[in-house]
Amino acid sequence: MGDALIAPFADNEFLRLALGASLLVAVTCAIAGTFVVLRGLAFAGDAMSHGVLPGLAIALLLGVSPVLGAAASAAVMMAGVGLITRRSRLGADTAIGLLFVGMLALGVMITSRSESFVGDITRLLFGQLLGVQTADLAWQAVALAAVGSIAWVGRRPFVMMSVDEGLARTSGFRTAPFHALMLAMVGLTIVASFRTVGTLLVLGMLVAPAATGALVARRVSTVMLVGSACGTVASYAGLLVSYHFDLAAGSSVVLVAVALFGLTASVVAVATRGGGSADPPHPHGAHHVA
Amino acid sequence: MSRELLTARGLAVGYGSFTVVEGISLDARPGAFVTLIGTNGSGKSTLLKTLAGLVPPMRGTLQVLGAAPGTHARRVAYLPQHPASSHTLPLRARDVVAMGRFAHLGLLRPERAVDRRARDAALARTGADAYADAPLRGLSGGQQQRVHLAQVIAREADILLLDEPTAGLDLAGREAVLDIIAEERTRGAVVVMATHDLGEAARASLVLLMARRVVAAGPPETVLTDANVREAFGLTHLH
Repeated sequence: MGDALIAPFADNEFLRLALGASLLVAVTCAIAGTFVVLRGLAFAGDAMSHGVLPGLAIALLLGVSPVLGAAASAAVMMAGVGLITRRSRLGADTAIGLLFVGMLALGVMITSRSESFVGDITRLLFGQLLGVQTADLAWQAVALAAVGSIAWVGRRPFVMMSVDEGLARTSGFRTAPFHALMLAMVGLTIVASFRTVGTLLVLGMLVAPAATGALVARRVSTVMLVGSACGTVASYAGLLVSYHFDLAAGSSVVLVAVALFGLTASVVAVATRGGGSADPPHPHGAHHVA
Repeated sequence: MSRELLTARGLAVGYGSFTVVEGISLDARPGAFVTLIGTNGSGKSTLLKTLAGLVPPMRGTLQVLGAAPGTHARRVAYLPQHPASSHTLPLRARDVVAMGRFAHLGLLRPERAVDRRARDAALARTGADAYADAPLRGLSGGQQQRVHLAQVIAREADILLLDEPTAGLDLAGREAVLDIIAEERTRGAVVVMATHDLGEAARASLVLLMARRVVAAGPPETVLTDANVREAFGLTHLH
């Protein structure tokens, strides 16, 4: 049994590299994903993850780095999502949905001009976790440092904006730049992941572990810790499943993360229905003492 | 030198080009208690948001602590009506109250002993210290309201803008809020409070009776007359 759990990593360098990259992605996503979940940006994140497709396609067509293409595309999506969520008279989900599908259609249109790089696009969208190199780990570590720094610097306005934008504004924080910074953090997480779990599947890592943390945690920092732990377990278990059953690695990791959320949500629901609560009962009887 | 912390002359407030209420004039010195009373949609919340700097004034002049609204974040605290989305967030009551100090701390300054003292004192004064470590989403509506009030008090501001702070509270809770307001006035703070309760409005030093316009403004005994209240609330009978 021990062999089945450890030997694959001990015997295969590519699997160790994949685990290292996956763990870095897990922690990066737990940090950014916490604010995605708290601020209700999952759909905007989904739109951004699909919206990088035109940039990737153009980059491949021109023979330049996919990172540049994805980053440029993500910047366009961030600007669009930011503008729409602040200015649109439509519901934000409607406007973001249109931007999302527009960018996706543009990406597919560009891709259809040449069949030669369809395989490359697929790799970028769904990742190539088992083909990760040491340099990819370094890039992912840089992304983790950047996302962690943004989250630390912006933690106060980010949390207050999740509670109430007015609270952030009346506390002296201009919300527009911090909203843009939060979207930039999400965009960076998505772009940085394209060599590992891919820009599409990264949404699962952004949302599932942080959502699992939000189900059980009482503090924002705990959401990040629980999210990181869930992402770590998903990375390890997902790679083992992938190795033993010859399944796609990135998809396996993301699926385990989603399964962990489902399991936790079920346990919380059962505990709540059984008269218990994920949170402690109302502490009544505390009449005010002025 | 003027001692007014809040001055408005011919102020009109609203959203975009839509005027909600106009013709507002008021002066508030340290210790003043201003109540805004009127029907739903009469302009109470819009006026409070304008004073807080969340909505720009449409016309007239408005000075908050001698400057444009929103200039002095550390010295003005605002309690919105139904601070809602926080109810689903993983936050302890203590953390929500600590946010009241963020205006003093800015982005990077670490929490200091003075901030922790202000937070704990606010929790104790509102009675929220009994559930300080409980998650906000697990608290009743009245308990959450106390936590949000504690957040406002923790700022130790010169002007408190409270939008229906007694909503959802039982009788003891309402009296407790009014006691806290009295304490804040004693230390020199101006309190501006929106309310639907005539009894609460009557405790103010200045009352603005609103109905998409200022029906009457002044001391409670001259403003809260049967005729004025009937006019503002559109009532034919007043019990």
